[in-house]
Amino acid sequence: MNETKGIMIVGVGGQGTLLASRILGSVLIGQGYDVKMSEVHGMSQRGGSVVTYVKFGEKVYSPLVDQGEADYILAFERLEAARWISYLRQGGTLIVNDRRISPMPVITGAMAYPDDIVAKLRAGGSKVIASDALSMAMEAGNAKSVNVVMIGILSALTEFSEDVWQAALSDCVKPKFLELNKKAFSLGREYAKKSL
Amino acid sequence: MKTLLLGNEAAARGLYEAGCRFVSAYPGTPSTEIAETVAKYDEIYAEWAPNEKVAAEAAIGASIGGARSFCAMKHVGLNVAADPLFTVSYTGVSGGLVIAVADDQGMHSSQNEQDSRHYAIAAKVPMLEPSDSAECLEYAKLAFDLSEEYDTPVLFRTCTRVAHSQSIVELSNRVEHELRPYEKNPAKYVMMPGNAMKRHPVVEERTRKLTEYAETAGINRIEMGDTSVGYVTAGICYQYLRECFPNASVLKLGMVNPLPVKLIADFASKVDKLIVVEELDPVIETHLRSNGIRVDGGKDLFGLVGELSQNKILKALGMKTAPFRDFGETVPPRPPTLCPGCPHRGLFYTLGKMGLMVSGDIGCYTLGSLPPLTAVDTTICMGASISGLHGFNTVRGAESAKKSVAVIGDSTFMHSGITGLVDIVYNKGISTVLILDNSITGMTGHQQNPTTGKTLKGEPAPAVSLEKLCEAVGVKRVRVVDPYALEELKAAVTEELAAAEPSVIIARRPCILLPEVKTSPALHIDPEACKGCRQCMTIGCPSISFAEKKASIDSTLCVGCELCTQMCKFGAILKKEGK
Repeated sequence: MNETKGIMIVGVGGQGTLLASRILGSVLIGQGYDVKMSEVHGMSQRGGSVVTYVKFGEKVYSPLVDQGEADYILAFERLEAARWISYLRQGGTLIVNDRRISPMPVITGAMAYPDDIVAKLRAGGSKVIASDALSMAMEAGNAKSVNVVMIGILSALTEFSEDVWQAALSDCVKPKFLELNKKAFSLGREYAKKSL
Repeated sequence: MKTLLLGNEAAARGLYEAGCRFVSAYPGTPSTEIAETVAKYDEIYAEWAPNEKVAAEAAIGASIGGARSFCAMKHVGLNVAADPLFTVSYTGVSGGLVIAVADDQGMHSSQNEQDSRHYAIAAKVPMLEPSDSAECLEYAKLAFDLSEEYDTPVLFRTCTRVAHSQSIVELSNRVEHELRPYEKNPAKYVMMPGNAMKRHPVVEERTRKLTEYAETAGINRIEMGDTSVGYVTAGICYQYLRECFPNASVLKLGMVNPLPVKLIADFASKVDKLIVVEELDPVIETHLRSNGIRVDGGKDLFGLVGELSQNKILKALGMKTAPFRDFGETVPPRPPTLCPGCPHRGLFYTLGKMGLMVSGDIGCYTLGSLPPLTAVDTTICMGASISGLHGFNTVRGAESAKKSVAVIGDSTFMHSGITGLVDIVYNKGISTVLILDNSITGMTGHQQNPTTGKTLKGEPAPAVSLEKLCEAVGVKRVRVVDPYALEELKAAVTEELAAAEPSVIIARRPCILLPEVKTSPALHIDPEACKGCRQCMTIGCPSISFAEKKASIDSTLCVGCELCTQMCKFGAILKKEGK
C-alpha cells in the first residue's frame, strides 16, 4: 500500500463539513504535502449523512479513505461517529461533537437512536475526544461555527503550529465572520489542550 | 502557481486556458460547478440552458460560429442531449467542441448509474477520462486540440470522485483562440440524407485515425513495474489501483474511446497476468476480448455495480485490508430529508393526507417519497411527472384523474415539463399539475433558471411567467397558492381535481435556504400543553423529536415556519421561549 495519512470529517448535511475540509486542505498544502480531498455534494447535503475524506502524504493517489485507514475522524454528531467508526485506523483518534440530531427513521419511531454512543466507542478501544462543540460555538457567537470549533480541537493534536491554522482560517473564512470563527477555533483548541 | 481545486473547478480552468469562449450547461450533480466556475471568467460567455439538449445545441452553434465551445451535464443529461450528439458526430466542428458528462457511480445523487462510455462508442466520438484535478485541467485543453485536429466533438467524462475531489493543479495563462471565419457549407452542416450519407464514411475514417492516435497518445501510458500482474485501467480506478499497488505495472488509458489495440497487446505481452480494473460496465474488457487479448480478471472480480475503492480492489483480488472495528450495533440510516421550513413539506403532507396518486419528478421534492410523508408514487426522469400522469390517467379513466396529481419543480418544468403539459391539453386530458415554484434550482445547490429573473453570471434577465406560459399552452385553470397555508392548499387541490379539464396549481414560496429569505425565531413546545399525540411528527420535520411522551423542537434547526403549529390541536407549539 501507498503510505498516506487520512482524516475524515463526518456529520449531517448542512453542518458545514465542507468549510472544515477547506481549512484543513489549506493547512496541509501550506505544509508542502500532496493533498486530495473527496466531498459529496447534491442530495445528501439535504440533512443526510455526509462525509469528506482528506488524504495527505508525500504522494496521494486515491482521494478516498477506506475502512481502517483514518488517522482522525471528526464527527459533528455522535450517531455519525458510530456510523463511520470502522474507518478509524487502529490507534487513530475520534473527535466527536457529543450531540444528538435524530435521523428521520428515529423521528418516525421506526428505529431507536442508540444509547451511550460515546461510552460504547471508548469501550470499543478507540481513542475518543468528546466535546460539546455546539456550546462552544454558541459562546463564540454562532451555532454554525461548530465546524471551526472541531477544527480547533484537531489543531491541538497535530504537529502544525497555531499560526499555520490561523492563516488557513483567514484564507477560507469570509472577513465578516473571521473574528467569530477565530474565537470558535480558540475555544476548540483550548478545550483539546485541557482534555489531553 | 499550485493550488487545490475540485475536479470541476480544474476543468473550468482548463476551458479558460484553452481559450474557450462559449459555455452552456444545465445543472446536474456532479457536473454543476464547471459552469459555475466558468461564470467567474469575464473572457468566457457562460449560461444556464433550460435543458441539456438546448445546452448541447447552443454549444454546437457556437462551434459552427467559429468559437471554442463547451457544454456540461450529468450522465442522465446526456440522454437528453443524445439527439444532437449523434449528428454533430457527423457534421464535425469549426471551433473546438467539448461535451462534458459526469457519471455518478454509486448513485450519490442520481436515479441510475448508467455508464456514459457507451455513448462515445455509439456516437463514434472520442472520449477522454481524467483521473484527478490536474488531469481535468490538462485533458480539457487537449480535448479542444483533438476536436479541431480531427474535426470531431470530444466527450469529456468525469465521475463523482473526480468531479468532487480536490487535488493540486498548476495554473497557466489563457491562450486566446480567435473566432474562425464562418463559411456556408451545407455538405458539412445540413444533415439531410444525401449529405449525411457522405459524412458517415468520414466518421469511420476519423475513428480509424483516432485509433492510430490512441496507440501513441501521451495520455495512454504504460508504467512498468512488477511484471507478475499488469493492470489496464482508466479514470478514478487508476488512483484506487495505485494506492493499493504503487509498484505494479499499469496501462493507464486517458482516452477511453477509441481504445488502442497494439498498445494493449504489447503491454499484455510484457506481464504474466492481465487484469482490467474498471467501474460499471466491461467496456475496456470487452474491447480486449474482442481483439483476442488475454484477460485474466475483470468483471468476474469487480462486478458491475457501484464504485470501487482501494479496499474493494484488494478484497476482489483476495488480499488483506487494514483491520477495523465496527460499532457493534445497528446504526439507523440517515437519509436526506426536506429541510426545516421547506415549502414542499406541507404540500406533501397535504397530498399524502388526501390519499392521492402522486406522479413525481427530479429535484428536492423527490424526498417527498420518504417516510413519514411517503406521498410520491413514481420518479423516473426529468419531466416524467406530467407526461407519465397523462398516460396513467388515460388508461385508468376520469375517476383516476380525480385522485392523482403531478408534482414538478420550477426548473424541471422549464427543462421538460412543458411538453408534457402540452400533451395533456392537446390530447384532451384532464390531469392536475402542481408546479412547486421555489424560485431556484434547489437540489443541485441553488442555480438560477429561466423563471428566476437572473442569469448564471448573476445579471438581471427576463423571467418566464409560469402562469402565462401554462395559459398559453391552453390550460384555462391556472392558480397560485402559498404551500405554507395548508387549508388553502387543500381547498385548491380539491377544486382542481374536481374540474373536468386540465389545471395547474403553482405552489409558490422561495426555498428556505435562499439568502434573501428571512427565517423566524425557533418555536418551542409547551410541555404542559403537549398531549404527546405525535400529530406534529407526521410532517417529518428534522427539528422535531419525541422523548418521554412529549415532542420537543431543536432550536438550532427550527426556522419558525409554523407548519407544525397548524398540526397541533392543543396550542402546545409556541413562538417564544418561556411564554
